[in-house]
Amino acid sequence: MAIAPATPKSWYLPTKPHKFCPGCGHGIVLKALGENIDELGIQNDIIFGCDIGCSLLAWDFFACDSTQTHHGRVTPVMVGLKRSRPELLTVGYMGDGGGYSIGSQHLLNAAVRNETITLILVNNTNYGMTGGQMSPTTLPGQVTETTPLGRDTAITGYPTKGPEFLSTLTSDGAYIARATVSKYKQLKRFMRNALRNQIEGNGFSFLEVLATCPTNWRTNAQQTWNFLEDEIEKEFRVGEMKTPFGKGDKEVAVD
Amino acid sequence: MEKIVEGSTRAFLTGNETIAWASLVAGAEFMFGYPITPQNEIMHYWTRLAPKYGRGFLQTEDEISAGFTVCGAVQGGKKAFTATAGPGNVLMQEPFGMAEAMRLPMVAIIQQRGGPSSGTVIYSQQEVNLTTFGGNGEGYRIVYSTASHQELYDYTIKAFNTAWTYRFPTFILGDGYQAKMREPLELYDPQEKGITLAESFPLVGLPGVIGENRQPQHLNNIYSLEEELYEKVMTFSAVFEKISPEIVEYEEDSCEGADIILISHGVVSRAARDAMLILRSQGIKAGYFRPVTLRPFPDEALKKVILQSNAKKALIAESSYGQLTRLIKQSIYGETINIDTLYKPGVGIVDYDIINKVKSIL
Repeated sequence: MAIAPATPKSWYLPTKPHKFCPGCGHGIVLKALGENIDELGIQNDIIFGCDIGCSLLAWDFFACDSTQTHHGRVTPVMVGLKRSRPELLTVGYMGDGGGYSIGSQHLLNAAVRNETITLILVNNTNYGMTGGQMSPTTLPGQVTETTPLGRDTAITGYPTKGPEFLSTLTSDGAYIARATVSKYKQLKRFMRNALRNQIEGNGFSFLEVLATCPTNWRTNAQQTWNFLEDEIEKEFRVGEMKTPFGKGDKEVAVD
Repeated sequence: MEKIVEGSTRAFLTGNETIAWASLVAGAEFMFGYPITPQNEIMHYWTRLAPKYGRGFLQTEDEISAGFTVCGAVQGGKKAFTATAGPGNVLMQEPFGMAEAMRLPMVAIIQQRGGPSSGTVIYSQQEVNLTTFGGNGEGYRIVYSTASHQELYDYTIKAFNTAWTYRFPTFILGDGYQAKMREPLELYDPQEKGITLAESFPLVGLPGVIGENRQPQHLNNIYSLEEELYEKVMTFSAVFEKISPEIVEYEEDSCEGADIILISHGVVSRAARDAMLILRSQGIKAGYFRPVTLRPFPDEALKKVILQSNAKKALIAESSYGQLTRLIKQSIYGETINIDTLYKPGVGIVDYDIINKVKSIL
């Protein structure tokens, strides 16, 4: 008899197996979220909000209430929900295109207002759902459908460093971090901190997660992992950029 | 809920102030707004009144955000609204579309300004197209076009009830004149007038324990298959058509036996009614028709009025270039009445504009 893999209790089983591509990082991020929901006992308190893009595929992923919105707009929907129902925990889920490009105005203003919401941004350095175009986080020289000769920084600038700019914008009480799907335990720990910060009502919480996209990167398993660990994690440093009220020891990047 | 207005009282207010009061008595708990003229004073009054009654306000980063925060708040089960105009109305088409697709009971006040583009900050009736059919869909919206401050009060209260009864986004289509003008009106407590306020309800964050006594709520507005969307849209259409007769409102006066029917909406209808009375006093048999709801449009009523009047001509007067005419023509297709038009896009229309036009065509 086959043994089913352990799945978080908060996963919604009728929608499993999920629809993400083989090798995609979303599954790992959503597993970390599911385990945190279980361990914190917040399944009935969470409203999970999806942006458009690959993050959309998580719209019915959890056995939690969820809502789905337009590209870039999950942040204001979560803001409206939280302000109307402060007792709920609102978790917005988005990609690097939705968060740093079309939704950047919402993201930075929600951060400045120290909105008591948790946002998880999955950064796989491209627009996955639309077929692999350049995103704000595409690496210099990285080939995408709209940078077929590689991203030319003279034309399109350098990758957006989300947690870095958000940590300078936010005030006391915010939690800002970057994790990677290659370090699962740390990812789960940072995510728990981002959720607990909202539970404690301290303020804005933001977690960027570096993730894999073999379909659009056109990479095999080994190349996928190499690109994540050897190139993306060099460009985007993993660690906690800001902890609420400066409390606790920040986990910073070590080379 | 605390009584905002005891019994009824006469007041002399601007339209924007009127809307803030009406939203309060209608039980609105949140306003999300972004500055744009001529609706600003709705926020100004709301931010002064709301804290006294425990109501919330957030000035968002733009109109897109104002619309989407309203979408979030109503999903949480709270009566919430926004107000905008012109280019802000353009930006809000995105959240209005989401509200259509997810049947969100959001309320938006539109105080029309001149267009296209930034246009003027003053007045127009040029946001009819945008407010009735502005999204990338079929226009599942309810639009009340008001003409006076009393109506701003009455229909703002009604808009919240309509939105929470039928679950389609509901609009008050005012204009810069109505926004800024000061007029006498009666403020009243709706319940004392026999108006029951619709209950709000959450769509997510429901009581109960998931997996034990309830299922998780998964709200969405995107579909994998053409057929899934088709089913959804066909259901919306059927529901919208079914409820339309309950929602449609219009005014008609002296059309029977009239030689010409004056058709207008919003603040222009006040000039049209005056023109009708003056023309009649001069022996010209004019009639008056005004759609109050522009969506759904009172097409059956207008067809009936035309049929019964025997009028050979209709004159459509609007402060835009044919936006009302388009709604009328699609509604009365097949009628043979001759249509004349008086278009003054972005400019006010007074009674003698209409009287002179009538005399030039009869």
